[in-house]
Amino acid sequence: MKRLLTLLLCLCTFVGFGAEPTESGEKGESFNPGEVILHHVADSHEWHWFSTDNGHFVTYLPIIAYQPGKGLSVFSSEEVAEGKTHGNLKLEEEKLVTTDGSKVYDFSITKNVAALAMSSLLLVIIFSSVAKSYRRRSGQAPSGLQNALEPFVVFIRDEVGKKSIGPKYERYMPYLLTVFFFIWFNNLLGLTPGAANLTGNIAVTMAMALLTLIITLFSANKNYWGHIFAPPGVPWPLYVIMVPVELVGVIVKPFSLMIRLFANITAGHIIILSFISLIFIFRSSATGFLSVPFGLFISMLELLVSILQAYIFTLLTAMYIGSAVEEHHHDEAHHEDFGTAEERAGGTNLAHLGRPDVAAH
Amino acid sequence: MNLITPEFGLLFWQTLIFLLLFLLLAKFAWKPILGSLKEREESIDSALKMAQQAKEEMQSLKAGNEKLLAEARKERDQMLKEGQAMAAQFVEQAKTTATEEANRITQQAREAIQQEKSQALAEVRNTAAQLSVDIAERLLRRELADPAAQQKLVDDYLKDVKLN
Repeated sequence: MKRLLTLLLCLCTFVGFGAEPTESGEKGESFNPGEVILHHVADSHEWHWFSTDNGHFVTYLPIIAYQPGKGLSVFSSEEVAEGKTHGNLKLEEEKLVTTDGSKVYDFSITKNVAALAMSSLLLVIIFSSVAKSYRRRSGQAPSGLQNALEPFVVFIRDEVGKKSIGPKYERYMPYLLTVFFFIWFNNLLGLTPGAANLTGNIAVTMAMALLTLIITLFSANKNYWGHIFAPPGVPWPLYVIMVPVELVGVIVKPFSLMIRLFANITAGHIIILSFISLIFIFRSSATGFLSVPFGLFISMLELLVSILQAYIFTLLTAMYIGSAVEEHHHDEAHHEDFGTAEERAGGTNLAHLGRPDVAAH
Repeated sequence: MNLITPEFGLLFWQTLIFLLLFLLLAKFAWKPILGSLKEREESIDSALKMAQQAKEEMQSLKAGNEKLLAEARKERDQMLKEGQAMAAQFVEQAKTTATEEANRITQQAREAIQQEKSQALAEVRNTAAQLSVDIAERLLRRELADPAAQQKLVDDYLKDVKLN
């Protein structure tokens, strides 16, 4: 397994080698690392596998566009590739726009959507098979995949759910487990060569942060709202300041979730790609002796970051839910005037949240 | 595509697919998995509890056995002691009875001897009296053979009567 992962990581680096030179353009055109890196990190309407001197190996994905008044149109992204137009639609820096400037809503199956669907399918297959082996082997010791994934499930249940949410944790376990495994698996898949950078996309993290916000608000009890609109232990004239601050806090919490995951994953990808780009900036394969070990090192670090970020997102989600369903506060908690659940418990987690690799560079 | 502007389309698909994934996993994976985990933990818990209970029961049983044994031992000792005491008492009693019986028999024998003796003495006395009377009779017959002697005797008697 370890050997396989190492091989994958090496491949990741090699794909970088293979893909970059042709993409950086024809001879004479200067290599623009920023553009190349952003292209790799961002979403796309086509799945670009690799390029050789003979051309690009690309899977064109379907475009689904909705234009008010014109209705829905579905076509292959090949028809708008390389500056072509389909009807009044064209791609401008991977963004679907109309030639006449009218409004268009892009519901395309982009690279990220395709990756999302595939990873979701993978998750369903893996975990339904695990569930099946639980049913088949009931009363017996776990084995195989079930045995491999059980510690994580138990960890999320006991260390994250039970500890952060409290006695009502059972209701929220399915969400926490889905979030944890979704982020972890997609972080790992994002590291494989040719794959999409799904969890490093802000729309993806935003959707999950919004779900966390919605769940938090819908499970919030009287206590939670009381804490926001009538902070205990605060003289009422200060409510003018405190209530807006608390309300902002409600939004800031999921916002931080969204930014943290997006930034961590994207940063990791950018660093790896930067090391590879060095080779093409210096126009010397000798740079590979520096880039490959460093790229490998960061890739290894990314493996750790993958599970760490999944854990942090899950833990913070659990803590936000926990603060919303908490029945009574300890008295000393009121004296920490701005103390949200995150800040109170965050002290120990700050070390995890920092990115060692980002800090190093 | 701008890196930090969320794309509406992806946001839509992410929400839709993630919710679907959540529902599917919740129904087909998390429910059975968490259920089985809980069930297993409970069964382990109850098994441990049962083992502890059995251990305690065994200990109490052992203690009970020892207590029973000690009691039996004590009872045996008691019985032995009692038996010894009883035997001693029996012997004592038998001795007393024997002594009494012997005394009684001796007494009886003594009484019988006394009786025989007095009877024999009475017989001797009677025989002696008879003999005396016979001798006296024979003597009288010979003395009173002449009438003068007879007259003299009567006179003697009469003389006595007069004196009275």
